[in-house]
Amino acid sequence: MRGRALLAAALGALCLAAASDPAERLKDPAQEAQARAIFREVRCLVCQNESIDDSEAELAQDLRRIVREQVAQGRSEGEIKRFLTARYGEFVLLRPTMSVGNAALWGAPVLVVVAGLLLWRLRLRNREPDVELSEAEGAMLDELADNNSAKAEAPEIGR
Amino acid sequence: MARRRSQARLREGRPDVIAEFGAFALVLGLVMSLAQAGLSAAGRITRSRPLAGAGEGAALAAFLGVALAFAALMHGFVTSDFSISNVAANSHSEKPLLYRVAGTWGSHEGSMLLWCLALTGYGAVMVVFGAGLSARLRASAVAVQGALGSVFLAYTVFASNPLVRLADPPVEGRSLNPLLQDPALAIHPPFLYAGYVGMSVVFSLGAAALIEGRIDAAWARWVRPWTLTAWSFLTVGITLGAFWAYYELGWGGWWFWDPVENASFMPWLVATALLHSAVVTEKRGALAGWTVFLALSAFSFSMLGAFLVRSGVLTSVHAFAVDPTRGVLLLSILGAASGSGFALFAWRAPALKPGGAFAPISRESALVLNNILLSAATTTVLLGTLYPLIREAIGGQAISVGPPYFNLTFTPLMAALLVLLPAGPLLAWKRGDAAGVAQRLGLAALIALAAGFLTFALASPRHAFGAAGVGLGVWLIVGAGVEIAERTHAFRGPAAETWRRMSGLPRGAWGMTLAHAGLGVFLLGACFETTWKVEAAETLAIGKSLDAGAYHLVLESVAPADGPNYEAERGRIRATRDGALVCEAAPERRTYSAGGQTTSEVAICQRGPSHLYIVLGERRGTPAAPVWLVRAYWNPWASLIFLGPMIMALGGAVSLSDRRLRLGVARRRQAKAEPRPAPAPELAARTAEGEG
Repeated sequence: MRGRALLAAALGALCLAAASDPAERLKDPAQEAQARAIFREVRCLVCQNESIDDSEAELAQDLRRIVREQVAQGRSEGEIKRFLTARYGEFVLLRPTMSVGNAALWGAPVLVVVAGLLLWRLRLRNREPDVELSEAEGAMLDELADNNSAKAEAPEIGR
Repeated sequence: MARRRSQARLREGRPDVIAEFGAFALVLGLVMSLAQAGLSAAGRITRSRPLAGAGEGAALAAFLGVALAFAALMHGFVTSDFSISNVAANSHSEKPLLYRVAGTWGSHEGSMLLWCLALTGYGAVMVVFGAGLSARLRASAVAVQGALGSVFLAYTVFASNPLVRLADPPVEGRSLNPLLQDPALAIHPPFLYAGYVGMSVVFSLGAAALIEGRIDAAWARWVRPWTLTAWSFLTVGITLGAFWAYYELGWGGWWFWDPVENASFMPWLVATALLHSAVVTEKRGALAGWTVFLALSAFSFSMLGAFLVRSGVLTSVHAFAVDPTRGVLLLSILGAASGSGFALFAWRAPALKPGGAFAPISRESALVLNNILLSAATTTVLLGTLYPLIREAIGGQAISVGPPYFNLTFTPLMAALLVLLPAGPLLAWKRGDAAGVAQRLGLAALIALAAGFLTFALASPRHAFGAAGVGLGVWLIVGAGVEIAERTHAFRGPAAETWRRMSGLPRGAWGMTLAHAGLGVFLLGACFETTWKVEAAETLAIGKSLDAGAYHLVLESVAPADGPNYEAERGRIRATRDGALVCEAAPERRTYSAGGQTTSEVAICQRGPSHLYIVLGERRGTPAAPVWLVRAYWNPWASLIFLGPMIMALGGAVSLSDRRLRLGVARRRQAKAEPRPAPAPELAARTAEGEG
């Protein structure tokens, strides 16, 4: 029951792209665009997997205000993110850092590709004489395939 | 207690026993599933046809039992029988009929029942259409399917029974979430489940083939239609879910890399890989081990999804709220089922024949590359979903993995796959001709490059990645066209010849072309929408306006528009472009009395493939001079995002209608039981070249 209530609250807080609210906007469109780009990489800490760009939660609103203020002061994206990380921990970043702890996260896709390519090369070296289908297999395939000779029997199919 | 219960029902004037009957049918389904597993296994071991036949009969009976239980639950929802606890918790008598029906699968318990219905249903279909399989393989597969059914039915009966009565039924139900009161959302779970659970047949066939120790072309040919069926359903289900998010959540996003979305996307990626590797196994007898590995993985990912959504280990907007005990049970089921599948694989796979050799440039190699990239893409989605859990479990460090991660990993992998895609179907088996393929794709490449550069030059603001994506989309669509043109000798011979070849082309070929072109259509929509979407938001008083791109929107009026279970304000917004009326939009903001939640009903003006997307937000200002927050989005080509996957699913359906893949073909041939002449050599050769 508590879970349901939480879910309901989460869904209630999820209805609008909150960051476009004109009441919050910065005057300079370039700075506003920069702030919006940062919002999309910052997690709304109390929400379910939402960036502060999307969330209507109060905390997200506060974070947006902080980020906008810092953007207006001319701070860079890196500085702002460092500020947020120092305050809230890595949890606040939707893009995980390239750190030792995240090595598996960033490295595994590359590893899979490399391993796959190696296996492929090994398979290519397989110079066994080409294995053709045995007669029995061929007959079975024909049976399953109901192939072209059957097409001649039933010409209406496939037209 | 039983007396109080019946008294309660008598008080309502509804002394029916349908729920009890349903609960009984569900237990019967479990017993029949156990019988299916036991009898089929015994039939396989003793090579007794009567025993195996009895196992198949039990499979049909299991389906019948679960179907009756499902019907009983649905009856409870439709008649708002709040003495059933599941109905009381998840329905409301004010809810429209469609959502009362959909309420059947709207909760954890109900959706598990739907899962079991699909599982036993696929088992029954497997029995009905499975006559073409060898008796041993069939008995093994039916036994494995029965074992899967038993486990999930046991879970449903003992840990998640939706047909439990309440001793003291409430007068009114607790309403389903209003955000979920939506046609696309109501109908998407059956599609998703038909997809998820369809992979169970592939799992059973894979496990059975490993038990029999034989994976051959005939087996692969059996796996493909099942995979295609499940894949097509899953494609439709995911697309409906994305479409719901697009117009219901109110900011025009359609994919959030949310854990639950990922849970449905991983089986899809694996099934896509399986569709392609099964072709190699079927045509060339190669990659048998890998194909069966994917066959086991597809359903394992489905089960992982079921666990993630229901266990509460991941927070997500779509997740069911549940207690951890159930999560542990589901995890055990997942571990036991996939664990035994993969153990079987580890034991048997080394004995599999490697199959025919092939060159680095060949259709086989192209399909292997497809599988490598899809596997890597699946890995990114899997890790992106689970890594925060892993990090927290080992180091206690909480991290987040969000869309920026997937944009940096998943997207490049997919881009590489899509660049290579059009070449694949043009390559010959064993040894392909790279130069020939390059020549044949030259024109397509030119058109794609031209489209990309044109987009880069004309679309504003300039965006290199967006333009590259558009070029890639065009590359896929034209590439699919080239493939058909090549097969039919279009532009090279007389039109009549092309026409003859076109009508003779197997449906599997058309299906593949449709699916590949559909992917291109999706890509065009996705790139345009994400890159060149225009957002505008203002607080407007009546009569004031805002501009979104080339469109001028005037808030004409806001009036109350209450519905059956909500209060609402409906805006009238007049959208014009260069003074000409485009549309009169009527977006709403609804507040539901039962839960106090607020939702926005967006208004979407269709402009060709693009959408003008308008949202009425909260009321601000003073009561005397109210203003409303109005948001408008210009979403260029947004329709294609949903049209593309639908074309892909249609491609799946067209392929499925190919007579060589049709499930019942072998059976009908047996029924005819007439001697068939051996295929003429020339025709047989055409069949071999016919399909990719």
